[in-house]
Amino acid sequence: MNPQLPLFPESASTLSPEVDALFIAWSAVSVFFTLLIACLILYFMVRYRRRSVDEVGLEEKSALWLEIAWSAIPLVIALAMFVWGTRVFFKLYRPPADAVEYYSVGKQWMWKFQHPDGHREINALHIPVGQPIKLKLTSEDVIHSFYVPAFRVKQDALPGRYTQVWFQATKPGTYHLFCAEYCGGEHSRMIGSIIVLEPRQYEEWLAGGPAGKSVVASGAELFNQLACQTCHVAAPNRPARGPALKGLFGSQVKIASGEMVIADDNYVRESILNPGTKLVAGYDPIMPTYQGQVSEEQLLQLISYIKSLAGDGGTQAPAEAPKP
Amino acid sequence: MIDTHGSGAPAAHDDHHHPRLQHHFDSLEQQKESSTLGMWLFLVTEIMFFGGLFTVYVIYRYAYPKVFAASSHHLDVLWGGINTAVLICSSLTMALSIYAAQINKRKLIVVFLIATILLGATFLGIKTVEYMDKIKHHLVPGFGLHFAPDDPHLQGANGQHAQLFFSLYFIMTGLHALHMIIGIGVLSVLAVLAWKGRYDSSYYNPLECTGLYWHFVDIVWIFLFPLLYLLGAHAR
Amino acid sequence: MNDTGMTTTPADTTVLPGPETGYERPNYLNAAYGLRSWLLTRDHKRIAILYLISVTVFFAIGGLFALLIRLELLTPEGDMVQPDTYNRLFTMHGIVMVFFFLIPAIPAVLGNFLVPLMIGAKDLAFPKLNLASWYVYNVAGLFTLWSIAHGGVDTGWTFYTPFSTHYSNTYVISAALGIFISGFSSIFTGLNFIVTIHRMRAPGMTWFRLPLFIWSHYATSLIIVLGTPVVAVTILMVAAERVLHLGIFDPALGGDPVLFQHLFWFYSHPAVYIMILPAMGVVSELVAAFSRKPVFGYKVVAFASIGIAVLGFLVWGHHMFVAGESVYIATVFSVLSMLVAIPSAVKVFNWTATLYEGSVSYQTPMLYALGFIGLFTLGGLTGVMVATLGIDAHVHDTYFIVAHFHYIMVGGTIMGYMGGLHYWWPKITGKLYPAFLSRLAALLIFVGFNLTFFPQFILGYLGMPRRYWSYPPEFQVLNVLSTAGASILGVGYILPLFYFIWSMRYGKKSGDNPWGAVGLEWDTPSPPPTENFHTIPVVTHGPYEYNTKEVHDRTSPPEARVG
Repeated sequence: MNPQLPLFPESASTLSPEVDALFIAWSAVSVFFTLLIACLILYFMVRYRRRSVDEVGLEEKSALWLEIAWSAIPLVIALAMFVWGTRVFFKLYRPPADAVEYYSVGKQWMWKFQHPDGHREINALHIPVGQPIKLKLTSEDVIHSFYVPAFRVKQDALPGRYTQVWFQATKPGTYHLFCAEYCGGEHSRMIGSIIVLEPRQYEEWLAGGPAGKSVVASGAELFNQLACQTCHVAAPNRPARGPALKGLFGSQVKIASGEMVIADDNYVRESILNPGTKLVAGYDPIMPTYQGQVSEEQLLQLISYIKSLAGDGGTQAPAEAPKP
Repeated sequence: MIDTHGSGAPAAHDDHHHPRLQHHFDSLEQQKESSTLGMWLFLVTEIMFFGGLFTVYVIYRYAYPKVFAASSHHLDVLWGGINTAVLICSSLTMALSIYAAQINKRKLIVVFLIATILLGATFLGIKTVEYMDKIKHHLVPGFGLHFAPDDPHLQGANGQHAQLFFSLYFIMTGLHALHMIIGIGVLSVLAVLAWKGRYDSSYYNPLECTGLYWHFVDIVWIFLFPLLYLLGAHAR
Repeated sequence: MNDTGMTTTPADTTVLPGPETGYERPNYLNAAYGLRSWLLTRDHKRIAILYLISVTVFFAIGGLFALLIRLELLTPEGDMVQPDTYNRLFTMHGIVMVFFFLIPAIPAVLGNFLVPLMIGAKDLAFPKLNLASWYVYNVAGLFTLWSIAHGGVDTGWTFYTPFSTHYSNTYVISAALGIFISGFSSIFTGLNFIVTIHRMRAPGMTWFRLPLFIWSHYATSLIIVLGTPVVAVTILMVAAERVLHLGIFDPALGGDPVLFQHLFWFYSHPAVYIMILPAMGVVSELVAAFSRKPVFGYKVVAFASIGIAVLGFLVWGHHMFVAGESVYIATVFSVLSMLVAIPSAVKVFNWTATLYEGSVSYQTPMLYALGFIGLFTLGGLTGVMVATLGIDAHVHDTYFIVAHFHYIMVGGTIMGYMGGLHYWWPKITGKLYPAFLSRLAALLIFVGFNLTFFPQFILGYLGMPRRYWSYPPEFQVLNVLSTAGASILGVGYILPLFYFIWSMRYGKKSGDNPWGAVGLEWDTPSPPPTENFHTIPVVTHGPYEYNTKEVHDRTSPPEARVG
């Protein structure tokens, strides 16, 4: 039998100490109140034990002030817990602006990762210390959940949608990666490692392995392979039949129903797979669906490419603005 | 306490020995109040049951308004409207059967109960016609039933969302129809018992409780009809 | 009517020869013999016993699955069963325990037996519906047993989509149907209780003279009636989707898997209050009876039950903090979850205050009640911890959550159920059980329980996810401790099975009121006659009125007292 008896997990991210502080503080409060009740009970059991067969207790009038007190005090404590906990949660789930985006696709029963420069890994993710990293997650089949105890953070990976988790490692080492949402047969073997390296070692590791195309470059290649540019990019003899994609990502888009939506990851994904659903106002519903023709990883690459058009890279401006 | 609504009450039964008083109740009044409260509570469970379906419907309708409206176009407003009128009439006949009990008209109770049953059966018949039509036009979603609408608005990528609409259509109206079938079954039993003289002005609570159920089933349809049949109707 | 206001006197018991003469008075047990008299009974007391048998069978089945789970987890590698088998074990453990034990046990066994007695009625409002509810429960159970016999289901008791609708290769539909049908059983019981409590109280039994057991069961019934239909229709949609390949919850076909979670938890969160409120009702009765004084803050405790029922419907999203919902929605559910904890905390304080200046005795039922208070406090506080967003991000879907809910459901509900069984056993059977063995069992349960589940808090914070068949080796020691505890706990649960059955034949006669307790159920013989009361009582004061001459006269002689 393995003789190790760890009692507390390793702390390896910038926010782990905050979560631990929250946890320890409130464990202490919980233990305090449990012991308080237990001691009171034990004391009363002894002090007021029945001394004769017919003895009865002494009824007291109920005291409203007492009821209010022991409602209000726990309420205040619980609300304090809530406020502190929410602040930590917001930090845990709002990546900083300089976070670098990595990609992960979960499927039964493995984790597939892609670095921005194109490196692919399965069930392992090498990352550098000190770099905030946001991981865009999705699933190919059922719901999974990306969980790294050492970073104190987890996020479900959903089929058909993107979710996001971020972390910044503080200590080199190898940490458990678990799938934390039951996903069938080999759920407990859908595990892996997050390998945190010193920045220099990370560079060496990147250089050592087969370099792939960067995610954005892969996306650009796909964009042309799938002939997206024939509608979305105007050519001299052919106006664009689809909306301009440059600068699209992150902007507000008016769709046919009149509603305004934000062009985020999920919107772009939906537009590729189900073009008619949130059709941009003023355009005809002629875009074909690419469902079944692109994998989840390819979708991530296309989205990264489109996101990269937010700057001044890439394609020509489309011929006309959408009709009002 | 003897209930003497209306005229011509039959020989009054002493409440404590009323043949319909169950032994664990103290009075017919208590029994009546209990069974009525019980039926109301049951209807609350039904509201929550259908409520779950309405919630799913509202969420998807909000997500895919155009496809839902286009799908709704394939439901025949005429049949649906006739069915609505049929159900409302059946609620009237149901209420009239209770009135008949209150005025001690045994045969009239049976007449109105049968009228309610017939109207209910009419509703189900029209629903069958509508379902057959959907099958003919390949609008039934699900494995092996080949969802293939001719309408271009419902094809391609929108096909999935249209399937959502029709899934909800069949589940919601199907469950509603099931409730009607059960209701007709209960009404049939009541009609037989009424024929045998079970109900009179001193005791007609089962009719009232069944009436509550029947009215509820009617009200569910009143919500189903506009939500399923009339989406986007103003724009056509 | 004497000067204490009670018209039902123990005169009931002095009309006929007492138990000491060996003569057995007519009661509901000897009123009729034979299988038909039991299977076609409308007597709420007999139906309670029918339920007792059924829920015990399912508890044993669920417990067997738990044992197998803990055996597998003795070693880090999966080496006892296949991973698919393990997945079915924890799923069936959850389904059987939640739907066929925890939800029905106290209401259908103790509630059915006691609600009419405690309010002074002859039976529940709808006796035939009551019997129907037991049959429906068994039909539902058959579906579940059929699933088990055909290899079980592997979706987790939570049936998350799209795994349950499109990926699982097990008999999901029969298990889902079993749960769907059990919902009807539950609704029939809840409906019956609400109508009974509203309409069949004895003269003078106003709402604020009702025992807190009744308040708890009333609140529970409200939840049952409002919540169960939602999970019923959700399961129906899952079954329809699976059979017909619809896409209501499957994104590949246009649906939303998270919508399933919302619908599922909308019932399943209030369901946990269905499981705990009746146990709290039992504890109120036990604390009052074994301190011989009224529960402190009666009205507050009564309203707290209703408060828990109402607030319980507003917090379901706390099961989905990392499921993809927005941080803003998560914030709302977190703060509401804090609110729902307050009425429970208030109850704990009120029970503790009841002991103050009481006359406290340590008979077995009281041991369970006090154990409940301690364990429920810790379980409830860990609940507030996991409602705290920053903590849940880390511990969601780990053994921390498993420990939390087992503290409430086993340390809470099952202790409440055991305490209630031990308290009302003399009322139900007219017999006493061996005091030493019963206290030993209570001790084994308390120790075994803590050894089983406390290490799981540590495991969870370390990061061990739940529903894992194999785990990293460094988690082994804590798992071994947990399994050791489970074996002790198992022994603790088996003991009562033996001595309760033994007591029915060989137990000493208990007399009508061995505890010297106050309550309408104790004002009638033990076991009660079929019609409960020879004359319907007229109530003129509240429950738990121990400080009256009446009580002193009525306290049973020492020989009939349980040790």
